[in-house]
Amino acid sequence: MAAPLTLLLIVAVTIRAVLFRSSWAELISERVEVVSPLNAWKRVVEGLALLDLGVSPYSGDVFHEVSLSLIHFLFKSILGSDGITAVALYLSIQTYNKNVFRKQKYALESDRYPADCLELLRSPKEMFYIPLKVAMFYLLNPFTILSCVAKSTCGLNNAIIALFILCTLKGSALLSGILLALATYQSIYPLTLFAPALLFFLQRLYIPVNLRRSSFWFFTLQYAFIYVGSLVVITGLSFFLLGSWDFIPSVYGFIFSVPDLTPNIGLFWYFFAEMFEHFRLFFICVFQINVFFYTIPLSIKLKEHPVFLIFMQIAIISIFKSYPTVGDVALYMAFLPAWSHLYRFLRNIFLVSCVLLACSALFPVLWHLWIYAGSANSNFYYAITLLFNFGQILLVSDYFYAYLRREHHLTHGLYLKKKDGTEATLVLK
Amino acid sequence: MLILSSLLLFILTTHSEALTPAAARDEFQEELVIRPLHSGDIYASFQFRTLWDTDFLQEGQKVSHYRLFPKSLGQVLSKFSVRELHISFTQGFWRTMQWGQPFIPSPPGAELWVWFHDTVSDVDGNWKELTNVLSGIFCASLNFIDLTNTVQPSASFKPLGLGNATDHRFLRYATLPREIVCTENLTPWKKLLPCGSKAGLAVLMKSEKLFHSSFHSQAVHIRPICQDEQCSSKAWELRQTLNVVFDLHTSGQGKKEWSLFKMFSRTLTEACPLASSSKVYVDITDNPELFELSPATPLLGQAVVLGDRRTYSVYDLSRAETFGQLRSFNLLLRDMLRPLLHAERYVAGFGLQTGEIHTVIYNNHPYRAFPVLLMDSVPWYLQLYIHTLTVTSKSRDNKPSYIHYQPAKDRHRPHLLEMLIQLPPHSMTEVTVQFERALLKWTEYTPDPNHGFYVGSSVVSALVPSMVAMRTNFTQDQPLFSSFVPVKEESSYFVRVYTEPLLVNLPTPDFSMPYNVICLTCTVVAVGYGSFYNLLTRTFQVDEPSPPLSKRLANLIRRMRGVPLLT
Repeated sequence: MAAPLTLLLIVAVTIRAVLFRSSWAELISERVEVVSPLNAWKRVVEGLALLDLGVSPYSGDVFHEVSLSLIHFLFKSILGSDGITAVALYLSIQTYNKNVFRKQKYALESDRYPADCLELLRSPKEMFYIPLKVAMFYLLNPFTILSCVAKSTCGLNNAIIALFILCTLKGSALLSGILLALATYQSIYPLTLFAPALLFFLQRLYIPVNLRRSSFWFFTLQYAFIYVGSLVVITGLSFFLLGSWDFIPSVYGFIFSVPDLTPNIGLFWYFFAEMFEHFRLFFICVFQINVFFYTIPLSIKLKEHPVFLIFMQIAIISIFKSYPTVGDVALYMAFLPAWSHLYRFLRNIFLVSCVLLACSALFPVLWHLWIYAGSANSNFYYAITLLFNFGQILLVSDYFYAYLRREHHLTHGLYLKKKDGTEATLVLK
Repeated sequence: MLILSSLLLFILTTHSEALTPAAARDEFQEELVIRPLHSGDIYASFQFRTLWDTDFLQEGQKVSHYRLFPKSLGQVLSKFSVRELHISFTQGFWRTMQWGQPFIPSPPGAELWVWFHDTVSDVDGNWKELTNVLSGIFCASLNFIDLTNTVQPSASFKPLGLGNATDHRFLRYATLPREIVCTENLTPWKKLLPCGSKAGLAVLMKSEKLFHSSFHSQAVHIRPICQDEQCSSKAWELRQTLNVVFDLHTSGQGKKEWSLFKMFSRTLTEACPLASSSKVYVDITDNPELFELSPATPLLGQAVVLGDRRTYSVYDLSRAETFGQLRSFNLLLRDMLRPLLHAERYVAGFGLQTGEIHTVIYNNHPYRAFPVLLMDSVPWYLQLYIHTLTVTSKSRDNKPSYIHYQPAKDRHRPHLLEMLIQLPPHSMTEVTVQFERALLKWTEYTPDPNHGFYVGSSVVSALVPSMVAMRTNFTQDQPLFSSFVPVKEESSYFVRVYTEPLLVNLPTPDFSMPYNVICLTCTVVAVGYGSFYNLLTRTFQVDEPSPPLSKRLANLIRRMRGVPLLT
């Protein structure tokens, strides 16, 4: 499978290079849907210029990246980060598929599936092209291409998360902890990925998730130590780089308190632009807690399925974070081919895809009408933001529903009957 | 055969020459006088004179060979036995108090006064027909001139040319104050000129600039004059005059810099080939402190006009060197007041997302370069990008030697940018920096948010080299206006120049929407919360229909009785 992947990489690099050299690159790097105050390349250049002038980049409110990135950016190959992400996703989905098939084989041998749900089982033939499809979904997604051409640092964040997933699925706790610390260091929200990674390792090492067992706590503390330790080391290194703790309020304080209200595809900007001052702190807390508090319930429900939990967490972060961009959306969309076997249980997929496509087309139109033509106002853009997020929420909850339903059928049988023998419908009660 | 026809042609031409009398000599002169007025406006007066040794009024001789004199006017003169014709079309009112006296005065609207020959029997009939014919020639509604607005002044309008008859019965005078002058009147007037509007001074007469003026007047004056002192021979003189005053603010954009191109949007490329003299005069009596003239000319002329002796710079368009290398003559009058240091500032760009601040600093010293300190304080909601800062002088990069930049902190402090720039002599330096506009919280907008937000002036501070040595010691009897800034050096003085403040628009949210926005956003978040809550807390169950009400009541009673329930 190396040849198709290489071909895919070449095609992706070509598209990006062509767009990069054209006049569109300038236009794309200014678009608010693609870059945000957190990850715009223009701001990185500004931070470097400030450093040249002898002023700390964090003294103003223009630079919100972490310091280690400052050095890294000088050597970073932007087109390469997408390739790293794609290859990492490819390998992780390959590993995941092997795991899935192995577990299915054991379950079949121990007769755990009811007789009529054999058609729900997955075959290697069907799963053969999924890793390639995942890589393709990521590389050829217009959102990713736009994000790469704009040189947004979101690509770097995606690459670190993808490498983290790869290391987790391969079973290396140390590397996974370090990469997760790096991802958290860059933007805080990947903190919620600690839980699914932990669950995966526990499952892999056959440690039961029982709060009373000492083995559970032993491993948890080990992993937490790796994670927190690397986070502390990385933060300390960046302190020594610029000699001050300025970056903490400038980066993490910025992410949490949302002072900059530049429009983007998220829900925060207009909400806090129209917020009464009295309630601002309350709603900041509400919105930020909203990102984190799905972790525990989802982990409890999906403790047997940590990879799906990773997908759900990444999706929730991309939708509800304070400064989302289309690069974040592209990361969880890349996983969708891995759940292609859930297609028969999806209820709203046509509506969702229409909504997402329409919104993606309308974003630049309504932005132009508001900012340049002056014939629309901010409400138009805000409406499309709402619709886009609504579509994403519907997509994620639809896949969640389909996943849970398939699990239910695998335990209770596919064709269910009511007490009087007629065909039954399943509802959530 | 061929030789025969050519011989015939030769005979015929020589014969025709012998038949007709000697061809009347005619002469054409054109001139333009430019006079800068005290109010900053500029007055341009064109005069085109055609002189013709002929006699329209001679009995039995019909003039048939017209060369420079327009045929339509010649035919009018002979048909109606006109001795003098003066017609003018004016737009605007001549403001004598501000502009002085015009060369050729005229009232607003149309004015026509005519002296008829004393052989005319029915003057009124001739007058009526004349007005109709002139109305056709000049495309003006002169047919409104009739007996109700015609007078015969007894003393005011004596003949301006030759004429010994002073019987005012042969004079008719009428004005149409309501008549409007426009391009339709200018075009036939221009056609009467020998070169038309194709060559000579008439190329300058383009209607889009001429009618965009404070005063515009075009006139035709025809009269018989003496050729020499003794009046041995008479000639007909046709003068076409065009007076125009360009306003300082409307046409001049507020700058006292005038050029032929700015006034007429054309330059002169050649004199009219049919003209015996073609000259441009510029009134320099009030010079040299008022304005400088370029290209320079050695020719000077003096004339007594309206009781005043005035000096003129003369440009002779019949000489090829007037047009210079580029074969185009553009006269430039530049105001002499040139401050040594001057700065301007403006915002460039479009849309409400980004923009660029341009600061332009002018160093008007002819040979000295000096450094200036530019200070800019930009509010925090215009996010400056210092890596886009460019400083160019004479289209070359000019790196500042000292930059102090303090970036803004949102809602705490503004940007501060201070630079030391070396200004090359006699140059323009442009400093540009890009910025992004922020969306503010709805309470941070002023009550009229679409008016825009003000950015304070930039401050340019410099030690400008002085032409005069100054005293550095302090004296008591110095007047207050010269003792404000302490003088530290003899050869330079301290100057602070403030630029214009800027007004930038920021994108605004909809101010009527706080409640709606909170509701809608919380709805979307609640949709997410609700779906996840459902999927997390509920399980899949087979849908069993609930029993009808009668069965449920029966089961309730049965339970109370202790009897087995219905299924």
